[in-house]
Amino acid sequence: MISLLLILIPLFTGLLTFFLKQEKTAKNFSIFSSVITLGTVCIAIFFAQNNQLLFNTQWLPALGSRFSISLDGMSKALVLLTAISFPVVFIATYTNKYKSSHSFYALMLLTQAGLMGVFMATDALLFYFFWELALIPVYFLSSIWGGEKRIAVTFKFFIYTFIGSLLMLVGILYLYFNTVVPSFQIKDLLAAKISLKEQNILFWLFFIAFAIKMPIFPLHTWQPDAYEQSPTAVTMILSGVMVKMGLFAVLRWLVPLFPESAKTYSNIVIALSVIGMIYASLIAIKQDDIKRLIAYSSIAHIGLMCATIFTQTVIGTTGVMLQMFNHGINVIGLWIVADAIEQQLGTRKFSELGGLAQKAPSLAILFVILALANIALPLTNAFVGEFLMFNSLFQYNVWVAAIAGISIILAAVYTLNMVQKILYGNTVAATEKALDTTLNINWMLIVLVVIVFALGVYPQPIIDLTKDTVNVIVQNR
Amino acid sequence: MEIMKTLLAFIVLWPLVGFLVNGLGRNYFSKKRIAFYASEQIFASFIASIIVFILIKNNGAQGDITYFNFIHIGKLIIPFAFKIDQLSAIFLLIITGIGFLIHVYSAAYMQQEEQAHYGRYFSYLNLFIFSMLLLVLGANYVIMFIGWEGVGLCSYLLIGFWFKNDNYNYAAKKAFIMNRIGDLGFLLAIFWMIAKLGTANYSDVFSNVSQLSTTDITAITILLFIGAMGKSAQIPLYTWLPDAMAGPTPVSALIHAATMVTAGIYMVARSNVLYSLSEVAQNLVAITGLVTALFAATIAIKQNDIKKVLAYSTVSQLGYMFLGLGVGAYTGAVFHVMTHAFFKALLFLGAGSVIHAMHHEQDIRKMGGLKKYLPITHITFLIGCIAISGIPPFSGFFSKDEILAAAYAHNPVYWGIGVATAGLTAFYMFRLYATTFLGSFRGTPEQAHHLHESPSAMTIPLIILAILSVVGGLVGVPESLGGHHALHQFLSPVLLTEVKYETTHSTEYMLMGLSVAIAATAIVIAIVTYSKKPQISNSTGVGKLLENKWYIDELYDAIIVKPLGSLASFLKNVIEKSGIDAAVNGVGKLVNYSSRQLRLLQNGQVGGYILLMVLGMIVIVLIWVNDGYIYRFLMNLFFAK
Repeated sequence: MISLLLILIPLFTGLLTFFLKQEKTAKNFSIFSSVITLGTVCIAIFFAQNNQLLFNTQWLPALGSRFSISLDGMSKALVLLTAISFPVVFIATYTNKYKSSHSFYALMLLTQAGLMGVFMATDALLFYFFWELALIPVYFLSSIWGGEKRIAVTFKFFIYTFIGSLLMLVGILYLYFNTVVPSFQIKDLLAAKISLKEQNILFWLFFIAFAIKMPIFPLHTWQPDAYEQSPTAVTMILSGVMVKMGLFAVLRWLVPLFPESAKTYSNIVIALSVIGMIYASLIAIKQDDIKRLIAYSSIAHIGLMCATIFTQTVIGTTGVMLQMFNHGINVIGLWIVADAIEQQLGTRKFSELGGLAQKAPSLAILFVILALANIALPLTNAFVGEFLMFNSLFQYNVWVAAIAGISIILAAVYTLNMVQKILYGNTVAATEKALDTTLNINWMLIVLVVIVFALGVYPQPIIDLTKDTVNVIVQNR
Repeated sequence: MEIMKTLLAFIVLWPLVGFLVNGLGRNYFSKKRIAFYASEQIFASFIASIIVFILIKNNGAQGDITYFNFIHIGKLIIPFAFKIDQLSAIFLLIITGIGFLIHVYSAAYMQQEEQAHYGRYFSYLNLFIFSMLLLVLGANYVIMFIGWEGVGLCSYLLIGFWFKNDNYNYAAKKAFIMNRIGDLGFLLAIFWMIAKLGTANYSDVFSNVSQLSTTDITAITILLFIGAMGKSAQIPLYTWLPDAMAGPTPVSALIHAATMVTAGIYMVARSNVLYSLSEVAQNLVAITGLVTALFAATIAIKQNDIKKVLAYSTVSQLGYMFLGLGVGAYTGAVFHVMTHAFFKALLFLGAGSVIHAMHHEQDIRKMGGLKKYLPITHITFLIGCIAISGIPPFSGFFSKDEILAAAYAHNPVYWGIGVATAGLTAFYMFRLYATTFLGSFRGTPEQAHHLHESPSAMTIPLIILAILSVVGGLVGVPESLGGHHALHQFLSPVLLTEVKYETTHSTEYMLMGLSVAIAATAIVIAIVTYSKKPQISNSTGVGKLLENKWYIDELYDAIIVKPLGSLASFLKNVIEKSGIDAAVNGVGKLVNYSSRQLRLLQNGQVGGYILLMVLGMIVIVLIWVNDGYIYRFLMNLFFAK
């Protein structure tokens, strides 16, 4: 029952926010709502009994689809991430101005409801429903409140994800018509009678859908543009939480549904992922825009996670689950910094920045810590995840691990470039009169940095959240 | 056991707390308080390290001390555990002892800095010590790796300490990235161990070494050594270290003597069980060390920056240590780490004192005759030069001799190159000494007017280090000279002893005599040549080649940095923009075009999307109404079985 609340709270407060015409009320109410959600998630994860985390009821009886959700080991970390992200994003971007801001915040909350549903749904049609619920508001958010090129960019984003969604829908329906009883429940889909050949085709239908969302090379070109053009609050959610939808779907649906195909095609998927890692890292080196650099860096990190999933080991899968959470924390932190810089100085170009450390020491320190977490320095949160994932890749193939490992070096190159060009050197025209961060941003960054170190030194709490499910996933194979 | 657990926790935590307190409070505390607090934290660790050392000396080493499980997934357990034995105890003393002296020295040296930067400096210094302590105390390779990357980070922060200067920032970045290249090797070695043995604990790896094939051992040791090459600045990953002198001079002392570069030596010595089983790896280590030693020494001859000469001498001396490790003289290598820590810290701090007096002039051609202005710096610097040149009974003689003797037993050619390098070392060190301290002053009258001996906070560490540089060798006096080699006995439980090659005493005397004679000759030549006239003329030919460091930086630029940059630009501008994205946009345009034809998206894309959604829903319902007939029909059409 408590798991249902995690969807209902953002859903209803979101709908309500549409009617809060006062800008300030809408903002404060959204923060209030997201904090309540966070509190509920904490109670659910750390205090509730297991049976309270399930919810299962009739939904579309005619179709045999049920409203069944479960806050299990697989979804806990990501639900927690979703719950942490929204208040952090709302507070850090508090001073940003939006026209008709009530709609903006309402759509954001609807996205949150969709995300919660995606991570918890155990019914394929329900999953599809939430998948769309999470995406459609983002589409509006980007096309209405985005940058100059927002229409073209959002259109590209829309076409991509729309094609992906359609492919997934076809796949779900095909499975549905082959179940023993008409049902979209994951356990019934698992029992569906399909031949190996059908499995292989369905595997690609689903994989392309999820690969677009992650994104995996070469289906990634919508992402840097979308990240650049969306309002930063939306970008934070897109890259912090929403890219995990694709990875999560692979773990929850794709690999368990088509285990043989996942094994057969693992080398293709891993090859694409690793190519993407190196490719995106190299392109990141040449970026002159903070947002685009973070976007390409994110593609590289996601590539590692996707590759690791297909190595199918307990260690690797745990690493992926851990990293999905930590990557969300780190990348949101980096976006907050990028937004703080853009809002104050009016530029995101490295060539127009420099010497900011002299003017904004506090922002500089927090930024450096997050940048170091981005390159997985030990004792920051990302290290353990990357260590486990590379370990798993190594067991899959020594050379794959070695080649993928080059991205560790390249990550240091582009991240330190970014830090140097923004923070160090002498001040330039844009940074001459820069001020240190506002309190909101400062505090939110401190919260994230505390998480960075806490999970860097003691990652076990998140590992334990995922423990049981990881064993189940891997044993199923 | 409990006492040890607590002591070690404090040894590591004190510097960490110092880092946090000074880092967060740098705007609130006075400079005096910052310096005092930072130094005091390290001093506390030093005292505790002495106690630990005594406990180990009396009671022997203990098992792993586990604090908590860092990672625990199924069968993979990586504990956050410390291992304290003779080897780590020695390193504890070096790190905290020398580290403390450098802190004290820094208090005066950095006095010109603003308060906030002064605090930042000392907090980084504390963090450096913390990382290095973690590195040597870890009971498994993962904890070592944490410290390993930690020192890399600290060197990055401190080399780029004066971050307004972009050249310094490049040097800092270069250090970090070169280290990361090595780190990748280290990581792969850890993965290899975990894949084969399921553990990265020293004790488990070493006791189960029989389960590893020769290929495994060779691969693991070579990968580990790649890590060591990065951290300890060996060919081909050495070019960051000479650039690292961009940082404040005491930092160079810290990097070159107490922390950082000795990490590679520690790692190989720690893994001596593995290295002894792989002849390939041992030869690689020895030859890399030997080549690096000679190569760096040739460059040092022609450098005119006081810190650069010292930097190349460090690269060269580290080469000696790897030579020692490669020929199985593990104790000798650790011994040389220790004596080198004394005299190299002394030389760098002495150089700092000179630079301080010269108002940040580092070019030795503009110095000269400083002997009478800086008496304490002069005499201590001279002691450092004698020690590094291997003149008995100064400390460098004993440790270098031990390595050279083992090299001779292994292969006389190694010895020959080693001795030639020793001659070069003596030559460039006394060239440096003579140009700086002898002759007449060549700076501006303005500089001459301000020449002064440094304050006592700087000279006292110099004096202490000078004493250590003189007597430090006595812990390892070889049997042939009537000693017991106390260090050898102390380390014997941890480090394997190479018994295969024993040389007779008479051979040993001959070898010692030869190397001392060569060094002494080189010293005389250097003093005669450089004490009167400085070398100002521009070099040509080989000299120019050496002056420009064999153009290795330019070479790396041409074969790695530039091509990689071009590749990245090509990917960004051609493949990404005109390739993949253009193709996607092409598809997009096609969709746009056809949709315009269908007039589906006339009211903007949003309307179209919702319409499509609704259509989709209708299709679903239709499919359901017909008991899936339409769907099946379509599916059969597309996926005919």
